[in-house]
Order: sequence, then structure tokens, then C-alpha cells
Amino acid sequence: MRNFGGKVLFLDRSDINTDEIIPARYLTEVSKEALKPCLLEDLNLEGFDPEKDIKGRQVVVARANFGCGSSREHAPWALEVNGIHMVIAESFARIFRQNMFNCGMLAIELPSEAIDRIFDEFAGADTEIYAGLDTGILKVKGGGGEDEIAFSISEFDRALVEAGGWVEYADLHY
Amino acid sequence: MPKTVAEKIFDSHRVDNPAGEMYVLGLDAVFCHEITTPVAVNDLVSRGKDRVFDPSRIKVVIDHVTPAKDSKTALQGKILRDWAKRNNIKHFFDIGRNGVCHVLFPEQGFVRPGSTIIMGDSHTCTHGAFGAFAAGVGTTDLEVGILKGVCAFRYPRSMKIQISGTLRKGVYAKDVILHILGELGVNGATDQVIEFAGPVVEEMTMESRMTLCNMAVEAGATCGICYPDMTTVDYLWPFIKDEFDAPEAALAYYRKFLPDPDAQYNSIVEFDVSNLSPQVTFGYKPDNVRPVSEMEGTPVDQVYIGSCTNGRLEDLRVAAEVLAGRRISDSVRGIVSPATPETYRMAMEEGILGTFLDAGFCVTNPTCGACLGMSNGVIAEGEVCASTTNRNFYGRMGKGGMVHLMSPATAAATAVAGHITNSKLYA
Repeated sequence: MRNFGGKVLFLDRSDINTDEIIPARYLTEVSKEALKPCLLEDLNLEGFDPEKDIKGRQVVVARANFGCGSSREHAPWALEVNGIHMVIAESFARIFRQNMFNCGMLAIELPSEAIDRIFDEFAGADTEIYAGLDTGILKVKGGGGEDEIAFSISEFDRALVEAGGWVEYADLHY
Repeated sequence: MPKTVAEKIFDSHRVDNPAGEMYVLGLDAVFCHEITTPVAVNDLVSRGKDRVFDPSRIKVVIDHVTPAKDSKTALQGKILRDWAKRNNIKHFFDIGRNGVCHVLFPEQGFVRPGSTIIMGDSHTCTHGAFGAFAAGVGTTDLEVGILKGVCAFRYPRSMKIQISGTLRKGVYAKDVILHILGELGVNGATDQVIEFAGPVVEEMTMESRMTLCNMAVEAGATCGICYPDMTTVDYLWPFIKDEFDAPEAALAYYRKFLPDPDAQYNSIVEFDVSNLSPQVTFGYKPDNVRPVSEMEGTPVDQVYIGSCTNGRLEDLRVAAEVLAGRRISDSVRGIVSPATPETYRMAMEEGILGTFLDAGFCVTNPTCGACLGMSNGVIAEGEVCASTTNRNFYGRMGKGGMVHLMSPATAAATAVAGHITNSKLYA
């Protein structure tokens, strides 16, 4: 199975919607790659600069209800073409979460205390997080500190990731 | 086991139960539009699987940007048009026959109680107004739906929202759902199905029920569901009259999709709306809701009446009542988009379009464009739009703009005043 992890982009807000992740004015594109420069362009978050803050990050950590609003899979695609394959949050909107796994990517939910801990101890530092899908452990490293946090994904979500996505899974089974 | 509406629909459509709570459902219909479908089509072609599970169950419309505004949107339309033709999809609605999907498809009789529907559009939850399980999905789910006629969902958890009381004059389904959103929050029903029940819902027209269910997703819900009754059957009758001897027989059949008396809900929430006043949003989340009276006087640059929330004939009638014999403020740009050609034609025949024109509104063709800042009414940075749509997200109707969501009556009154105000002042 592929490895998930890398440098973290911290987005310290709840209810980040898919219009903020990829504004509708870019939904006229029919290729995923075209979305690359537009990721998080309308994010309403003080101090965030998409031109500086996204490059070189592979993981997003956010608060509750990440990816709410529109069903646009352009949101996971815009993350994917920027090299971000894992989002960790307290909770996700249903469609966004499903879209991530359908694309063979990870949307990991952690309890609010664990999210608080990651923000409190690692936000601001040059932090990396790696997900061990076999061990069920997230390894967090940054600012001289290290932490290990247990996580789980459902059997079905794991099968989607293993298959490479829902199209591949459905092809095998239906 | 007593069951909720969604549980009954899941049990009757189960194709597989691959793991735990995950169900793979057979789909009665897959709806498609030009924004989220072309990437699925291109992917199917590149995989050498350019086919559809059943052309008669796929309904296609170009509605978000129509007429095409540039080469990119023209290409999206062309991909869809060519694909529908190649795959023998008969229900394809192109310009002149097209309208906002969640208004057009029910109007065409494509939604039935107890059925399963997906679409690459989050407001697909609208169709639950007919007692269907209708869910917005991403493009990958859509692609598999098109190819195989199935989609995976977690076995549903349901919330029941009981709405009692009597709506005051000038208060509409839009005010009810905004008020409910203000109470539930944008994460209040995530991954749940909402059943809307109670005397207020029973009294509502199908149009009002669709307005109610349309915004269920703003609380995170997968679908909003109303119970099929005689109002549902009367709406559907022209489309089902060959299937049943009489409307009563249709109702008797559809009653099997009502919830069992002891069905288990995650929660049951009650709202008495007798004292509810017109509602409006502030801020950038649909749960930032307060009474219009508290926003009275907020200046607006544009008023938009339309969309899958409030672009139906009933909505245009209500707005026209407020506008009759009046002119909108010189400081306001008024735009109305009748949601379908049929809505447009009826509004023309009833003189409603004349009322809008006399008041100084621009009447556009049916389209979703303005609601998500794609076309036909994008606002500039720093501008404010009073809108009958469903989302006030940051940048939604144009980068750096502000959107205040409200009912058509409040929007019309606001257009006349030039600032947010209660329609009662124009009664």
C-alpha cells in the first residue's frame, strides 16, 4: 500500500467549505492539473497566503467539518495535484470525505483532544506527519518534539485505498 | 425492526453490503450536469469504458453556465452533448429546454417516492421532498453510478424534525429552513438523513417542500425527506396516471415508504414556527441566521431571485406581489432567473415577468450561474447581494463579495427599499 505523509499545512479553522478550497469560477476546467494554482484561493483565514503556504506540503490538518458545502470533487483534486494526499481533521463533511477515499486518498478523523494536541504542540513549527496504515499510528515530528497518535479507518475505506479508489474497487466487484 | 424512510429505501435497494455499515445501493436515476460530469466522461473514455448502465435512467442537463460564456464552458457543454448522443441518452436538456436541475427534473416527473437518486451536486437532497433518497456525490461516485448503476453509502442515521404551528403572513419555507439551520448549525446533521414532518410540512406545497429539503445539506445532511401524501401524488399524477387506477391507489402504494411508528432516530427535534418572523443570514456560513428586523437597513448592491432553492413559480409569484406597482431602488441591480422554461412561460402568461420588468428587474434565462458566481450576476469585491439562493460562503457569488440569504418576499422588498427590509412594509 502507498505511503501517506509529509510536511503539514495547518489550517486552524472549522467549517472550511469546498468553495474556499476551490472557488466555483475554476469549475470550468475539465482537467485536474489546471486546478493547481487555485487551491485555497478564497480561504477565509487570517495570515494564510496560498502563494507561500501550500508549496511543499503533503498533509493538511484542520478542525471540524472540513470540506462542507458543495459536492465538487475538484476540492480533493486540487489538493491531489498540489501533492496533498492526506487531510486530518476532527470531522469531515460526508461528500468530501467519501471523495477523498474514492480517489484513493486519506481523510482521517481524530478526536478533538488529539487535534487540539497537534495544533498546540506542532502548529507553527516545520511539522511532518506520517500515517502507518498497518500500525494504525500517526507519527508526528516537528519543532524538536515527537508524538504518536492512534487512528483508525473503516474496513471499506481501507479497501478503497488499497484498490486505488472507488472506480477500481467497483470494477472488481460490480 | 421498525424503520425510518431511509432505512426502508436502503433495504429495498441493497446490492451489496461490502463491510460493516456500508451498503451499495442500486440506483433508480443518475442526474448529470455540465460542471461535475465531463471529468467522469473523460475518465470513462480514457479507461475504454465509454458506456452507461441504463440510458433511460440517466438524465442530463446543461444548467450552470448557459448559454456558454467562453470556450471552456462551451467545451463542458460539448463533452456532455456528445456523450449523451453516443450513449443514446434521450433525456438531455440543452439550451432552450434546460433549467436548474433540481427544479427541472422534478418538473419532468423524474422523481418518485421510495427511489434512489445521485447527482454530482450537493443540492440533490432537494428531491427528498418527494420521499426519495437523493444524495449529492462527487465525480467518482457519479462515474461509477453512470457505469454500474450503484453507489455506496453508510447505512443511514436519521434525524426527525417536527415542525408545528402556523406560519405568519410573509413567512415562508425559506424562513423556516434558515431558522432551523441557525439552530442546528452547519455541522448539525452531518452524514444523517433529515425527515421533515409535522403539520407545517403537511400544509406545504411541493415547491415549498423542495425549498425546505434543498438546504438540508447546509446542515451537513445527506438528504432531506418529506413524507409522500396527496400533495405529492397530485404533483406527480400527470406522470404516474398510467401506473395507477386512481390517485388514492398511488398514495396507498407510496405509503409503504412512510416511517414505521417506532422507527429509531438519532434525534427528534421540534420547532414551533408560529412566532417565526422573516429570517436572513449574516456572515459567511448558512447557520449565521437572524431575524430580518435585526439586519434592517443593511444596504445591498444587487438582489437575485432564482436558483434551486427559490426559482420556482411559487417564488416568483410571491416576489411579484411585493413588486406590483413599484420600482426597485435606483441603487440596486435586480436580477430574476425563472428556474425552468416552464416556470418562465407560466410567469409570462401570469404577467409576473411584466411585473418584474416594470419594477426594473432584469429577467435572465433559466440558469444556476449567479448563485455560485459563475455567470449571469457575479458581484464585485466589496459588493453585497441579497439573494434567494442557498449559500453565503466567502466569495460564493464573486470574490470578496457578501451574500445575504433570504426568502423571495424579503428579497423583493429589499430591492424596492435598496436595503434589507421586511416584505410586510409592502403588503
